[in-house]
Amino acid sequence: MKYLDEYRDPGVARQYAAAIARMVTRPWTLMEVCGGQTHAILRFGLDQLLPPEIALLHGPGCPVCVTPVELIDKALALAARPEVILASYGDMLRVPGTSGSLLSVKAAGGDVRIVYSPTDAAALAERHSERQVVFFAVGFETTAPANAMAVLQAERKRLRNFSLLVSHMLVPPALEALLASPNCHVQGFLAAGHVCTVMGFREYEAIAREHRTPIVVTGFEPLDILQGVHMCVKQLEEGRAEVENQYARSVRPEGNRAAQEAIRRVFRVSDRRWRGIGDIPRSGLALREEYQEFDAERRFPFVSEVVARESPDCISGLILQGLRKPRECPAFAAACTPETPLGATMVSDEGACAAYYRHRRP
Amino acid sequence: MCLATPGQILSIHGDDLLERTARVSFGGAVREVSLACLPEAQVGDYILAHVGFALSVVDEAEARQVFEYLKAMGAG
Amino acid sequence: RHTRILLAHGGGGTLMHQLIERIFVPAFQGQPAGPLHDGAVLELRDRLAFTTDSYVVNPLFFPGGDIGKLAVCGTVNDLAMCGARPLCLSAGFILEEGFPIEDLRRIARSMREAADEAKVAIVTGDTKVVDRGKGDGLYINTAGIGLVAEGVRISPAAVRPGDVVLLNGDVGRHGVAILAAREGFQIETRLESDCAPLADAVLHLLDAGIEIHCLRDCTRGGLATTLVEIARDARLQIEIAEAAVPVLEETRGICEILGFDPLYVANEGRFAAFVAPADADRALDLLRAHPQGAGAGRIGVVSPDPSGLVVLQSGFGSGRILDMLSGEQLPRIC
Repeated sequence: MKYLDEYRDPGVARQYAAAIARMVTRPWTLMEVCGGQTHAILRFGLDQLLPPEIALLHGPGCPVCVTPVELIDKALALAARPEVILASYGDMLRVPGTSGSLLSVKAAGGDVRIVYSPTDAAALAERHSERQVVFFAVGFETTAPANAMAVLQAERKRLRNFSLLVSHMLVPPALEALLASPNCHVQGFLAAGHVCTVMGFREYEAIAREHRTPIVVTGFEPLDILQGVHMCVKQLEEGRAEVENQYARSVRPEGNRAAQEAIRRVFRVSDRRWRGIGDIPRSGLALREEYQEFDAERRFPFVSEVVARESPDCISGLILQGLRKPRECPAFAAACTPETPLGATMVSDEGACAAYYRHRRP
Repeated sequence: MCLATPGQILSIHGDDLLERTARVSFGGAVREVSLACLPEAQVGDYILAHVGFALSVVDEAEARQVFEYLKAMGAG
Repeated sequence: RHTRILLAHGGGGTLMHQLIERIFVPAFQGQPAGPLHDGAVLELRDRLAFTTDSYVVNPLFFPGGDIGKLAVCGTVNDLAMCGARPLCLSAGFILEEGFPIEDLRRIARSMREAADEAKVAIVTGDTKVVDRGKGDGLYINTAGIGLVAEGVRISPAAVRPGDVVLLNGDVGRHGVAILAAREGFQIETRLESDCAPLADAVLHLLDAGIEIHCLRDCTRGGLATTLVEIARDARLQIEIAEAAVPVLEETRGICEILGFDPLYVANEGRFAAFVAPADADRALDLLRAHPQGAGAGRIGVVSPDPSGLVVLQSGFGSGRILDMLSGEQLPRIC
């Protein structure tokens, strides 16, 4: 497939690994922000290609991992209502709430449906006018324009039975929160290429300057990630801390104006709780006042009574912040497995715990 | 956090900006993708699609720089 | 003349007998076992392979096949994986009240075509009807009997270090063809299910004296799950070259959009064969010369390491360990 296969060439990958090894003079700890990047690193074994001096920490950029347990519980409560069809991306179905997941609610009779696109969720509402369709709108800046478009489409078609349970996160505030924490030892970031395809990378320049940390906007294929690592390590070795764009085939400095416009029209920035990390001010999106009729938390006030509780022996927060490795968790591969996940980082294929469990050596 | 797949636009339909869609080929399999966030997309362009929405046109020239950069490193 | 299944069709009376006379007898006519009543009596003398399976595919009709063809091929293939020559099948139908009779006729006909192609007979059957809303149109349960020739010992326990892993074609086609046909994903594709009977291809190898240690069809969970099961049971390590596993471009396209790994996507006409190294080249040539093996390839080898793991060599790092998924792959956005 064009624009995929050429970036999966093992020979070129080994040349990149050699170029990195030639250049590196001391250990460096980098973080790849996006779960999709984590997936590529583990699927292609890129960590094994890199010289031992380079450590790659898995970042918080995975909606399954950071969606707060309160919102999972609200989705479970809504999905259990007879009048509701709960539409969701496939990623969220196995995520554990306080007790159970969307899959267990479905088995108990809840109408839970997987959608590929938010407009499919709006179409469900159009087809089932007698039911209340609630779309579990999770994701980062990349998915926000599509979720916004579903709202605009529903407004145009005057769909009274469509609403969103919104759990939208923004990357820059999360990076700031990570960098601000005293025991953060991340020295450079591979920023999420598709988030920056939408938002551009201007908003990262202040972070790189202020925290003297290089940030390289990086794609998702093996050669993208290896080039991203090379550019980031080169900056570190030369004492620079700038924003560079490795994924230029998709990312423009100003991003995608039309997509940003769609987000601005429907959403406003809001405070958000991140699972495992805690509350980060102005780190998410919420529906604007003029679109309140599409807010499932307003339409179904009972969901606010949900009392959420995190599993006490899950340290996914520390893992998400790169402060612990999955193997350092006592529950890892014991009480906590992909079949019996305690925290979200064991559910998502991108989650660091699931990735280590799947690809671990005995 | 975002799986976006490159595909080629085969045809474009609809004139209302919000309703404009494209039939996009992903290795031969075809799916309809919304162009609501990519008004400048043309037939024949390669785009990156995420959850049924085109988010960028792949820049042909930039697409080769991953290899040019490496050559420059090799020479350096 | 009824166009839909009525509850009465399951009542054992005239309507049920009409159904049998009009649908099943014509479809399964000329089968050696004679009249259809409670059971077929067979005289057998060799070692017997016996299997059972149920079919609940949605949608019932899909590009490249339907639930009927799937039921026959799936049962035949389970027998073939024991190295058996499939002999006969049973077919139990659980019909939902209101199911169109013309669809049932179509399905019965395609079961007959698949049985003829696999040279097996459908010798006994049963029909039950459930209330509307209590079933998904139609479920089929089958059982199958096959004869295993003397000296044929095919199982994970027979796998030896050095064995070569052969695969008879491209993977992932069935799973994505079904998904694309399922309402809700709107993916247009020319891909068809690879659903096909594999017994002839296996017997083609056995009759040529190929030393086969283990066979397994790669259905739910795909090639990866099949290899993980065998590596565990054989307590040996299987090393697979990812580039050697054929995947059609269109299958990859759909997997990329949905975030699937084609190695974990279901097949219905693919099997992995663990063959003694000395016979590997000959087996591969024989397979490639067979209609069910045109795309066959050598995808890996068994190593003596008792890890019981499957290591996938992607050509990048030192290899990634394949594991079993906890459930079906779900389309993902991240």
